[in-house]
Amino acid sequence: MGAGQDVGRSCILVSIAGKNVMLDCGMHMGFNDDRRFPDFSYITQNGRLTDFLDCVIISHFHLDHCGALPYFSEMVGYDGPIYMTHPTQAICPILLEDYRKIAVDKKGEANFFTSQMIKDCMKKVVAVHLHQTVQVDDELEIKAYYAGHVLGAAMFQIKVGSESVVYTGDYNMTPDRHLGAAWVDKCRPSLLISESTYATTIRDSKRCRERDFLKKVHETVERGGKVLIPVFALGRAQELCILLETFWERMNLKVPIYFSTGLTEKANHYYKLFITWTNQKIRKTFVQRNMFEFKHIKAFDRAFADNPGPMVVFATPGMLHAGQSLQIFRKWAGNEKNMVIMPGYCVQGTVGHKILSGQRKLEMEGRQVLEVKMQVEYMSFSAHADAKGIMQLVGQAEPDSVLLVHGEAKKMEFLRQKIEQEFRVSCYMPANGETVTLPTSPSIPVGISLGLLKREMAQGLLPEAKKLRLLHGTLIMKDSSFRLVSSEQALKELGLAEHQLRFTCRVHLQDTRKEQEMALRVYSHLKSTLQGHCVQHLPDGSVTVESILIQAAAHSEDPGTKVLLVSWTYQDEELGSFLTALLKKGLPQTPS
Amino acid sequence: MKLYCLSGHPTLPCNILKFKSTTIMLDCGLDMTSTLNFLPLPLVQSPRLCNLPGWSLKDGNAFLDKELKECSGHVFVDSVPEFCLPETELIDLSTVDVILISNYHCMMALPYITEHTGFTGTVYATEPTVQIGRLLMEELVNFIERVPKAQSASLWKNKDIQRLLPSPLKDAVEVSTWRRCYTMQEVNSALSKIQLVGYSQKIELFGAVQVTPLSSGYALGSSNWIIQSHYEKVSYVSGSSLLTTHPQPMDQTSLKNSDVLVLTGLTQIPTANPDGMVGEFCSNLALTVRNGGNVLVPCYPSGVIYDLLECLYQYIDSAGLSSIPFYFISPVANSSLEFSQIFAEWLCHNKQSKVYLPEPPFPHAELIQTNKLKHYPSIHGDFSNDFRQPCVVFTGHPSLRFGDVVHFMELWGKSSLNTVIFTEPDFSYLEALAPYQPLAMKCIYCPIDTRLNFIQVSKLLKEVQPLHVVCPEQYTQPPPAQSHRMDLMIDCQPPPMSYRRAEVLALPFKRRYEKIEIMPELADSLVPMEIKPGISLATVSAVLHTKDNKHVLQPPPRPAQPTSGKKRKRVSDDVPDCQVLKPLLSGSIPVEQFVQTLEKHGFSDIKVEDTAKGHIVLLQEAETLIQIEEDSTHIICDNDEMLRVRLRDLVLKFLQKF
Repeated sequence: MGAGQDVGRSCILVSIAGKNVMLDCGMHMGFNDDRRFPDFSYITQNGRLTDFLDCVIISHFHLDHCGALPYFSEMVGYDGPIYMTHPTQAICPILLEDYRKIAVDKKGEANFFTSQMIKDCMKKVVAVHLHQTVQVDDELEIKAYYAGHVLGAAMFQIKVGSESVVYTGDYNMTPDRHLGAAWVDKCRPSLLISESTYATTIRDSKRCRERDFLKKVHETVERGGKVLIPVFALGRAQELCILLETFWERMNLKVPIYFSTGLTEKANHYYKLFITWTNQKIRKTFVQRNMFEFKHIKAFDRAFADNPGPMVVFATPGMLHAGQSLQIFRKWAGNEKNMVIMPGYCVQGTVGHKILSGQRKLEMEGRQVLEVKMQVEYMSFSAHADAKGIMQLVGQAEPDSVLLVHGEAKKMEFLRQKIEQEFRVSCYMPANGETVTLPTSPSIPVGISLGLLKREMAQGLLPEAKKLRLLHGTLIMKDSSFRLVSSEQALKELGLAEHQLRFTCRVHLQDTRKEQEMALRVYSHLKSTLQGHCVQHLPDGSVTVESILIQAAAHSEDPGTKVLLVSWTYQDEELGSFLTALLKKGLPQTPS
Repeated sequence: MKLYCLSGHPTLPCNILKFKSTTIMLDCGLDMTSTLNFLPLPLVQSPRLCNLPGWSLKDGNAFLDKELKECSGHVFVDSVPEFCLPETELIDLSTVDVILISNYHCMMALPYITEHTGFTGTVYATEPTVQIGRLLMEELVNFIERVPKAQSASLWKNKDIQRLLPSPLKDAVEVSTWRRCYTMQEVNSALSKIQLVGYSQKIELFGAVQVTPLSSGYALGSSNWIIQSHYEKVSYVSGSSLLTTHPQPMDQTSLKNSDVLVLTGLTQIPTANPDGMVGEFCSNLALTVRNGGNVLVPCYPSGVIYDLLECLYQYIDSAGLSSIPFYFISPVANSSLEFSQIFAEWLCHNKQSKVYLPEPPFPHAELIQTNKLKHYPSIHGDFSNDFRQPCVVFTGHPSLRFGDVVHFMELWGKSSLNTVIFTEPDFSYLEALAPYQPLAMKCIYCPIDTRLNFIQVSKLLKEVQPLHVVCPEQYTQPPPAQSHRMDLMIDCQPPPMSYRRAEVLALPFKRRYEKIEIMPELADSLVPMEIKPGISLATVSAVLHTKDNKHVLQPPPRPAQPTSGKKRKRVSDDVPDCQVLKPLLSGSIPVEQFVQTLEKHGFSDIKVEDTAKGHIVLLQEAETLIQIEEDSTHIICDNDEMLRVRLRDLVLKFLQKF
């Protein structure tokens, strides 16, 4: 429904073992029409969404993953549970409200969701802990893993019986200055749905990129230029702030750094309170020094943009498509001393995307043409996994198949081939509106009686049991309970008696010796022939091979003939009939 | 299934559960009441303590006077305080696979176990438990290490000498196993063996057992544990609370359908109502301060103190105490206050929603900001400059044997204006005060123990309906001091099984089933047959594969192609494989129909004779005889194998296979 061979509007419907789960509910920043929200009529044309969907899962607070949520739940209508992590639940409504304000107040859109709808929508949210197994109903369970992309970002495992899907949302496999790396255990899902924003990029080491970034910022302010860094209020912004803050402190710089939105302080506060979601180092030292209390970074005022002299400004939003970052950009674009650093991915259609693709003359609203003379730099700081990271995650989870979303088709194709080659699993990359069907063959769990299992396992340990053993038992199916028990127990439980089927054959042998001696000869003959079987000579003169009984008797009429009575049960039929045939051939001559 | 009980202390448990093939230690509590037998460790030299008289036997023999001192009729050991460890001899502790920790008070013996018994397993605990547990251990180590004591008494522990001592020293148990405090190095090493878990996380142990922590409502990150396989479930309830304080509420529903419920960590003061105690605490505090006295609150650096500060936050302005300084003195005071603010996910709903605003969940942030509450690592340093009286001091240790509290007891004990208010329930306040007697200061006992009381327990048990309850023996009889209060014990049906230190209990349930997976190909080949309405049977012959304690049934391999053309060399190659099991048979054979069938298949000259138990069918021509009885059939047939097989197949037509 979204993010198919595309970045933006993440929304995926998964049907697994009769359960329907919607993953993310995002908006598309490149569109202003109907295409900005997913088309929920894909889910069901007739009937309520609540009846059709078992739950909705939101991976993180970015609007391309949750921006359509109030529209979906309040305007289209969904009353079931919506799962997300605590930080996502805390921050998501703020971003939604921001988004609403821009859409309604600035662009004057009608028929948009209201503040009240955001509140009502958030009431349907159930917060989950990392690694908590949430039982959505008796069969469907979900579990969150750390994803590292932004504060509170999570990957989700959706599991029904032995079938499971892991959805990564957006994730980052290398720890950065404020977040840790994504991690998933070897959960062997039937399907792994992975983002692939950087499907073809292998990013150079983090340190190099940071050094590069600091060098560029430093050079620009040294020559008196202004640096604009368009960011989203939460996420990358904090990482870059930590980076600049420590650099400023080390170099003892006095050039002012500003952060443009009022959200900042609040945003930093969220980071302080949810410090358990940040990386190890920050968590360890937070008592002594909270990394989110910045000394050098101050709040920005609109008037500052016209101040002379160098400065560094973080401004929202990150793709230069609206708001303050765009305003500042317009003011500074004409001066070649200035610099704009784009630290993240830009969606097609945004100003950010245009200048990154080399466009230097931009048509603005009101047919004005803006000439961009300032330097434009791109620094991949956005916390997505690169190709190496994606491969690493596939290796960690060991899925049966992979499905790529949240990326560009061409790049996905490359990664798809790489995954299929390296892991020998099928890999899909459906476009929006496409359905991928995966056959699964789940095994059936039953209860086996411990007696039967232990008996089998004990015999499996015996040295002579090297050849394949067969376990034999009876499966009792009563209502929905399936139990595998020994045949004896099954008979007993059902109140049935065993019917014994026995066979007896008489073998006539020409022999004048006494019966006892005869039996002894039979015994030594069988003992030497049947190695690996239990052959016994009993005190009463009879011989047994496993449960087969052999008795020697005199012939009633002919003293020169002896009769061997071979008797066995149906369960030992093969051995019994083999012995009969064997004995009919006669006994070997005793060596004299 | 067995339970090894290593601790006799009902609220500081340490048990080992053997379940399936795993050995699981449940909690690792350290009994610190042993320290009450020792003299306090003063921060600054105390002439009073130094000059206590040595103790001598009744006959005047004073050979112990270096080790034992007398104070107001009580005898104390003058030595580094020692702790009573869980039993280490009952079971080889190196065989323990995992340790499950339920809350930060119940992990204090961890370094002794993980560092000195050959333990190689994993410890599981929630993040707040580990972080706050670390603070408690850090504080303890700090308290003891910063006042090095040259003397280490051991003579008194000699069994023959111990007998001669006055109580309670005479009756102290297992004194030979008492140990000194661990070092920070041991603490760090022990904590590095912990793996963090979240509530309702399912953790697989060797594929055999699944363990899950559940919120227990008692403290930040405190948990009860479910230990289960597919067919058996043991609940371990330790330190739970149904009161609404700061932690996430207790998860009761997940405890349902347990075969065994191990119940520990109930309230130690069943007769006191925590709410009432908090009220008394506030009013006594206000009264003392108004009269110009100081208030001393011996406490742990985390837990109830958060709730007390929250009460005071609401209370001080209305009580006109806004100018009174509140001091919180502990080497970990700052860390504790900071940590309390970052565990939003582990807090009750009210506090969680504050974080969403975003505001700090606990109001002590504001008390600190407005300088009403100040915290210091110890009485040395900044504190001595800021110290103003009258004031309120929160400090440890609640045993009054070490920590900064010792200093304040010495300092304020002589004035009746001052008050010490006991809120922690772990130590008897009279015993705690004994080495400070005679005292002029007021002593108020307001124990706040939010753990389950017996009324709540009986409600809980009715609700979750375990088949069996196991608990420390203390819970199966009224407390010794209130032997008439029959309501102060666990009342359930069947009556609980009780344990005491060093006992091994065989838990009363038998495992009958185990989960096994039938592969889809095998499942497809099964032919179910309805035996009774609603009950179907299918015989299964399959290959069992077991790996990592998971069992899978796979279809039997296709019979190997007979190697034709080659001559067999040995007879034994030809011996049939008796491992191929044939099904059991059931049913009976109606003689008349059987005879008809025989005739249909070309047998003639059939004669039927009645016997006592059934019939004999004679096939005279073939010299064959078939005995048919209710539950057995016997085919006696010479020579002709073909005939035997034909007859067998005819008989089988009348029988069902299992």
